[in-house]
Amino acid sequence: MEFVQNFPFISIILSLFSGPLSSILDGKKAKRLNLAVITIIGAMSVAVLCFVIRTGEPYVYRMGHFPAPWGNEIRVGVLEGVMAVAFCLIMLLCMLGGIREREVEIETSKQNLYYIMVNLLLSSLLALIYTNDLFTAYVFVEINTISACGLIMIRQNGRTIVAATRYMIMSLLGSGMLLLGICFLYGLTGQLLMSNIQEAVAVLAKTGQYHIPLLVSLGMMSVGLAIKSALFPFHGWLPDAYGYSTVSSAAILSSLVSKGYIFLLVKIFYRVIGFDIVRDSKVINVLFVFGISGMIMGSLDAIRAKDIRRMIAYSSVAQIGYIYMGFGLGTTEGVIASIFHILSHAATKSLLFISASGITDVSGKHKDFFELTGAGYRNKVAGVAFTVGSLSMVGFPLFSGFISKILFAQAAVGHTFKMLPTLIALALSTVLNTVYFLKTVIRIYTPVPKKELEEKNYVTITMKEQPVKSAALICFIVLNLILGLFSQPIVTLIENGLKMFA
Amino acid sequence: MNFSNLLTNYEEAVAVILFGIGFSNLLLQKNLIKKIIGLNIMDTATYLFLALKGYITGRKAPIVVDGIQKVEAYINPIPSGLVLTGIVVSVSVTALMLSLTIRLYRRYHTLDLDEITTRLEKEGL
Repeated sequence: MEFVQNFPFISIILSLFSGPLSSILDGKKAKRLNLAVITIIGAMSVAVLCFVIRTGEPYVYRMGHFPAPWGNEIRVGVLEGVMAVAFCLIMLLCMLGGIREREVEIETSKQNLYYIMVNLLLSSLLALIYTNDLFTAYVFVEINTISACGLIMIRQNGRTIVAATRYMIMSLLGSGMLLLGICFLYGLTGQLLMSNIQEAVAVLAKTGQYHIPLLVSLGMMSVGLAIKSALFPFHGWLPDAYGYSTVSSAAILSSLVSKGYIFLLVKIFYRVIGFDIVRDSKVINVLFVFGISGMIMGSLDAIRAKDIRRMIAYSSVAQIGYIYMGFGLGTTEGVIASIFHILSHAATKSLLFISASGITDVSGKHKDFFELTGAGYRNKVAGVAFTVGSLSMVGFPLFSGFISKILFAQAAVGHTFKMLPTLIALALSTVLNTVYFLKTVIRIYTPVPKKELEEKNYVTITMKEQPVKSAALICFIVLNLILGLFSQPIVTLIENGLKMFA
Repeated sequence: MNFSNLLTNYEEAVAVILFGIGFSNLLLQKNLIKKIIGLNIMDTATYLFLALKGYITGRKAPIVVDGIQKVEAYINPIPSGLVLTGIVVSVSVTALMLSLTIRLYRRYHTLDLDEITTRLEKEGL
């Protein structure tokens, strides 16, 4: 066994322990520790990814060296590596992009508490990515929920506390269903390790035994995770939670937390139940319908929103709809498109949140559209970044959103019943996206007379005044371009990863 | 429909009905404390279900006494372990929910989430 193979375990433990360590440090040191931890874990994830690509096969890391049915396992393949690298990179950029806001919006004595939450969040995300044990996954889902709740309510006003409460209630409903689903599955198969459950489920499916309980269990786990990742009818908590929390939190919540749950769902589909059985069940059709309605309804809500942060939040609902629609297609191509969209949406949505905060900074902290007029000239980097993010969400070629849309369309072609609804929904949602994103882009590039600016006392921010945020935004733009221009190797990686995944 | 299975497995049926009661309370109650009670009923129902799955009639808790080491003498210990883990999780989320409730009550002097929301809109925050 090579030393690199220990890295997934070390990275989970490292972030898990740096959380409590932050509680005895002051805010500045906790921030440095947090940035260092994310960077180290990112580097380790890159090493793990390279190792798995080189060997070409997944490996199982046994915790405590107990053999299969008794011990707890970590299982690492290409897909897990890609996800871990992407999550670390995006989290690092989100943390860098929101440094100034955090200093202003969070009380000085509570700065370090924020980093406890972020470290715990990172460790739970990594554990969700790597774990091969269903109950461990449940425990880390709950840790993820608790730390996400902390991220929302750290900025203290009435709105965020209500948002956090609503978020907790919906999340607890979701995790209750997930837990009962896992218990059903445990009752049916008597196993907790994912690979062992799959063997048992394959036998059950062949003999046709316990068909309905299996279906119920699959349904409960899917719906539970769908509630937690804010699929369309369950998205009520989302706009408040994303709209009023501090900008790093909003970016991390929208781009990583919900994606962690979705990745667990992919894992359940592929590794726990087996994708053939999932396809034959009707559960994915439900996800398909909700996904498509989410794509449309989320965009309509976004058009109605009067506040730029809430608009971006509603756009998240639409994008989560895309991802579930990809699962709903029930083909490997659909799932590949969904996983690519997880990456592309994570890169784009956090870019949008951070650039939106740059735009509101130069408009006297107002979030209403009318006040944002001409903000693209007052903060040039944020303006360009917001434009890039918008174009990517709309699906303009060059950027990552275009690739995911084309992958979804390709996956839908040839499908008997679902081709037409998918293509129509894609087209409709693209038009709606264009309406609200380009409306904002045009608004921020509409010139305002100088006199009015002076009356309102709006400032201009150059790149030199906010070097860290500008650098983070530029990195996000580059990331978007990389995902958009060099998509083929990434798609191939995801494809190989999915083959290794089962 | 075959209802005879429902009678033989009535304990599981009870657990699932309890889960439903807790779930709907958490979802539908307006009062935050009642919501939290619903959450606890829901979690407890799951533990009941797990404990039932681990219990085998006529066997004892897996603690070796009197030197009996046969597997056949004991129940399955894993669900009990899962219940313990679940209890820890449920305690921590309940504590978090209660602390959020205290925060909201201090600020708005009510436990009704809808009323808090309408008041927030009036504040225009």
